[in-house]
Amino acid sequence: MREVAILGVGMTRFGELWEMSLRNMFAEAALAAIDDAGVDHIDSMYVGSMSSGLFVHQEHIAAMLADYLGVAGIPSTRVESACASGGLAVRHALFEVASGASDIVLAGGVEKMTDGADATDALASAADQEYEAFHGITFPGLYAFIANAHMEKYGTTREQLADVAVKNHDHGSMNPRAQFPFKLTRETVMNSTMVAEPLRLLDCSPVTDGAAAVIVASMDVAQKMDRPIVKVIASGAATGAIAMHSRKDPTTIPAVGLAAERAFKQADLTPEKIDVAEVHDCFTIAELVVTEEMGFVELGKSGEAVSAGETRLGGRIPINTSGGLKSKGHPVGASGTAQIIEVVEQLRGDIGERQVEGARIGLTQNMGGSGASCVVHILEGVS
Amino acid sequence: MTGIVGYGAYVPRYRIKVEEIAAQWGKDPDTIKNGLLVQEKTVPGMDEDTITISVQAAKYAVQRARIDPQEIGAVYIGSESHPYAVKPSGTVLIDALDIGPDVHVADYEFACKAGTEAMYVAYSLVKAGEMKYAMGIGADTSQGAPGDALEFTASAGGSAFIMGSEKVVVEIEATYSYTTDTADFWRRELRMYPKHGGRFTGEPAYFRHVLGAGRGIMERAGLEAGDFAYAVFHMPNGKFPMKAGRTLGFEKEQIEPGWVVPLMGNTYSGSSPTGFVATLDIAKPGDRILLVSFGSGAGSDAFVFRVTEEIEAVRDLAPSFKSLLEENRIYLNYGEYAKFRGKILMND
Repeated sequence: MREVAILGVGMTRFGELWEMSLRNMFAEAALAAIDDAGVDHIDSMYVGSMSSGLFVHQEHIAAMLADYLGVAGIPSTRVESACASGGLAVRHALFEVASGASDIVLAGGVEKMTDGADATDALASAADQEYEAFHGITFPGLYAFIANAHMEKYGTTREQLADVAVKNHDHGSMNPRAQFPFKLTRETVMNSTMVAEPLRLLDCSPVTDGAAAVIVASMDVAQKMDRPIVKVIASGAATGAIAMHSRKDPTTIPAVGLAAERAFKQADLTPEKIDVAEVHDCFTIAELVVTEEMGFVELGKSGEAVSAGETRLGGRIPINTSGGLKSKGHPVGASGTAQIIEVVEQLRGDIGERQVEGARIGLTQNMGGSGASCVVHILEGVS
Repeated sequence: MTGIVGYGAYVPRYRIKVEEIAAQWGKDPDTIKNGLLVQEKTVPGMDEDTITISVQAAKYAVQRARIDPQEIGAVYIGSESHPYAVKPSGTVLIDALDIGPDVHVADYEFACKAGTEAMYVAYSLVKAGEMKYAMGIGADTSQGAPGDALEFTASAGGSAFIMGSEKVVVEIEATYSYTTDTADFWRRELRMYPKHGGRFTGEPAYFRHVLGAGRGIMERAGLEAGDFAYAVFHMPNGKFPMKAGRTLGFEKEQIEPGWVVPLMGNTYSGSSPTGFVATLDIAKPGDRILLVSFGSGAGSDAFVFRVTEEIEAVRDLAPSFKSLLEENRIYLNYGEYAKFRGKILMND
């Protein structure tokens, strides 16, 4: 298969975007990405959205958005994998271009969560409906199970969880597109309202509106464009048990390890070679677990690592320089694409205050639900 | 100049604390109290309703106005809990106060803004020279659905204002309204409890309209926050009016006297009018007071008031609002509260 690049990126800011609808947001992100890429057409598009149906009662959004973007006629596909929809949409765009079927493909994600839907209920549909959601579990509850298990097995502390939020807010305070661009202290996190013990309000990513999009192009097209190029050198994906009770060890999320392993193998790289990473911190505990799953730290050591500053900007492996889902926001279907945008901008070297100096290889990890699906991408800065 | 010649406020004696409601639903009372800045709310007795509350407030207003009620040419009650869907609250009041039959009566509604609407129309009729006195009232006994966030704040109370042009106690220097079609909170016919848009009730609804009306009236009147002694805003909880006031440039000291929600709760159409009456307990001649209401749907009515010397003569002709709010309180448990508020399914 031929080499593929990310040629253009665009996103809305993330937040409670009262004035914007699902279609407005996607159009804004898509047009910005097309503009950034400098292309004059797209061959096809992929749209990631977890649940436009439950949130705004609109399905068929792949077609709807192609129409609304003014490109009705091109093939358009909706990709759904709960919170991994945005990353998975990009993966499929990569295949379409790598295979030679298309040269320029738009891939992005969008979620409009604040239009009056019961967000907790809609989000719970990413769990096992029959065996989990039906019985009253919600996402904070599921991740609380993981947190309690991790704290019991490894001695991970409440303070270490809080340090993930503090770090991500430090980063997010430098991100003008973030929903919560302000710093937090450990005390503020630990004194925030209890949601599902031990997870408090400030351990949880928020309810957010937003859209993000990228232009995926073949390297030949990209090289002709006189634009910065970032190559995608690996895409690894995997699934895992959907229900918590089906997992052997609740302190692990096997789909993440598997997806990362496949990506590292494809790129012929190891975790030490990664200069910057965006990971799926839907809850503070999630960041700790996936950091271990991908091999950035030893099992059980992620809490110590974050408290020691290893994963902050300037540390050994900067994670979530965008602010992560926690500070930047988590418009479910868009998050995975936004992670890729952060890494692209890091590798282009023009991200400003939160630049990781000399970043050349970046990784994104996007997962759905409590980890039943995961997609990992590795990117390399070329120009 | 036209203005208020008599005023009165009334809240029932019964109260329920946030702790009591929180315990019922397994919620943490401190989180609620810190989030809403409300400690307790008023509860209407079993034989009280919007009409009885309006009547008592109106009686105090007549006492302070020192007029013959027969001279009142119009009576308007604004509420979102009129006891009848079809049958005016105002006609019961005129009978109770011996007003009319030479009187115009209409009931008003616009969520929590209905009281200031009634005030505005009453004022406008007198200003136009149509009649000598007109009364505008805002009163409510609104309900919050069991277990809903609104249950902690929806309370009962109201205030009445008689407008006239002689011996004016509080002049009305300016009025301004800001209204748009914004569906943040509503209740369909035949439903007991309202529905609301969650966080949509904040920025796009309350703040857009309160700030729009506040800025609008201050601009048109050529005034700044420093020109006012007090500022009163609609109080759905303790935080919103404080934030709105600070945003408009007011200091805490200007907002606090009218900020009665921590002990009163949200009396809906009675909210900002009653906060305004609370400031009249202590206002001095010459004091300027800003009032900005808010009603979901949505809109805000704003008034610039100026207290005259007459306040000293009339203030003590009826109980102070502070005494009604803080004295002789009777605390209920949740069961008593549910009974009083008709939340228990009886075998009728």
